[in-house]
Amino acid sequence: MTSTFLPDKRTGPDVDVPPMSAGAAKGRARRRALHWLTAVAFQVPALVLFLVLVLLPILFALYAAFFRWGGFGMPSDYIGTDNFTRLFQDPVFLGDLWRCLVLVVLSVAVQLPFALAMAVLLNQRLRGRAVYRMLFFAPYVLSEAITGVLFSMIFAPDDGLADQLLGHVGLDGLGGEWFADPSMVMATLFLVMTWKYFGFHMMLYLAGLQSIPRELTEAALIDGANAWQRFRSVTLPLLAPTLRISVFLSVIGAIQLFDLVWVTTAGGPDHHSETMAVTMFQYGFKRYQVGYASAISVVMFGISLVFALAYQRFVLRRDLEGATTTMRGDAK
Amino acid sequence: MTATLGKSAKPSKLSKPSRSGKPAKPGRKSLPLHLILGVVGAVMGLPLLYAALSGFKSTDQLSRNPVGLPGPWVLSNYGDILGSGDFWRLVGNSTLIAVATTVLVVAVSALAAFSFARFAFRGRELLFTLFTMGLMFPFAVAALPLFLLLRSMGLLDNPLGVILPQAAFGLPMTIIILRGFFREIPGELEEAATVDGCGPLGFFWRVLLPMARPALGTVSVLAVVTSWNNFFLPLLVFTDSTWWTLPIGVQQFQGQYSADYARVFAYLVLAMVPALAFYSVAERQLVGGLTAGATKG
Repeated sequence: MTSTFLPDKRTGPDVDVPPMSAGAAKGRARRRALHWLTAVAFQVPALVLFLVLVLLPILFALYAAFFRWGGFGMPSDYIGTDNFTRLFQDPVFLGDLWRCLVLVVLSVAVQLPFALAMAVLLNQRLRGRAVYRMLFFAPYVLSEAITGVLFSMIFAPDDGLADQLLGHVGLDGLGGEWFADPSMVMATLFLVMTWKYFGFHMMLYLAGLQSIPRELTEAALIDGANAWQRFRSVTLPLLAPTLRISVFLSVIGAIQLFDLVWVTTAGGPDHHSETMAVTMFQYGFKRYQVGYASAISVVMFGISLVFALAYQRFVLRRDLEGATTTMRGDAK
Repeated sequence: MTATLGKSAKPSKLSKPSRSGKPAKPGRKSLPLHLILGVVGAVMGLPLLYAALSGFKSTDQLSRNPVGLPGPWVLSNYGDILGSGDFWRLVGNSTLIAVATTVLVVAVSALAAFSFARFAFRGRELLFTLFTMGLMFPFAVAALPLFLLLRSMGLLDNPLGVILPQAAFGLPMTIIILRGFFREIPGELEEAATVDGCGPLGFFWRVLLPMARPALGTVSVLAVVTSWNNFFLPLLVFTDSTWWTLPIGVQQFQGQYSADYARVFAYLVLAMVPALAFYSVAERQLVGGLTAGATKG
């Protein structure tokens, strides 16, 4: 970006030509090779770490998924796609997929709108605004495991805070077994997730709201738009990029949900709160069916990949276009 | 520098628009808003308050009087935990692992981000895409093969078995944030440094890094919090208790003292204190880093 101000250099939006490469024509090839080597040398530590500890494991899971394998020695019992066939007939895994979808839908339909409402409230000048903001965001910095232990005690049947409070206000009927009740466990889990994560999304929205130029809402106000119309036609469209990213993060979060579930229910009762990561953990680390567990990893990977690519292609792309056009506008 | 200053100053500066954007807002009209916020605030704060108070009761008292104030206040739960070496060992382990992870990921990412931001080289975009793809993949995907890899490298029950993978998985976000920041530093500075005889490494070390202190602070805070809260990886890597971190310790403690509710609450609260304290000091870096990471990723 900055290099656009430098004369006589070919620059695109993301090509910074370093001054070091501007030299005489003689020995240019050597110089360029040296330049390339210098640039790449800076990448080596990061690249090694990334290739060995991120990419290699993912590729290995892809390989191991085609074997019946207990996790010791190298996989040798090749069984083709049997693991995957079995996976898609496994009611627990199909349930995992369903529960993942339920959490995504609940997040997008309940948690994110709630976070948005709170962001809009806290974007106004209010007494105690900073305190609320800090309080709402605080659970985000707690470990998911510690949060899980806390809420497993709060939702303990009868003795826990939740049942006690409901009893005190005469709403015993609303209480119950929470994490131990197959029909309530997902709702309870979602409640805890909302407690922990809505503040994060609220912070994203607040940052987005604060980047909306004041002139636009003022202009709408002068045009006689009421509060709802201003929100609907000015704020919301301008907040769209932030909303899309927050949906993206919600989905990725739901796909990999593990800590909270493991600590509160370990997937129970009777698989009613199990997630893909928990199923993978059970097979990989408790039952030593590592090939089968790898197949679960691969499917999680595939879902993330397809979702991320599709989302980037169809949804986030518009934001990038928006970003480049505004950047050009700003440059003038 | 100016860029981040501007960014971090935004919230306070831009909170004002609503004053002129909305015509005078008397206290009476904002009462319903305060009511809503108060209720939400209570729901958010109550679990924490309840845990803190329950820690001051005996378990017997807790079952007789679950919601009221402690009477008498029992200090032994907190006292016993703080007096035992076990708790402090967990705090020490968590700290060591968080600091080591942070130093490693920030150092390695800064080098890579420097190269991405200030060099034009063949394969740059491909490499950058490779790193950014790392953002999209849940850690859980790699957990199992990573465990096998660490086992074959002999890194189980070794802090490096947690530090190295945490650093590797932290690379994408850190590189993206630092690259964005390094790109905003004017090219003139680089030219001036070159004229003064600085090589690329000299420029990086003597000019870029000192200027990037706010950004380095932001990514460091993110790395510390992520490492501090990590549960899955330490759960896989540490089979015996020597290197357990706080989240593992809390889960184990609950299992061990499942009948002694009050003691578990005290333990929980003490385990939450460091994270909350860190948040209260580094709120700006944390929130700034998270929003920057989310919008730039």
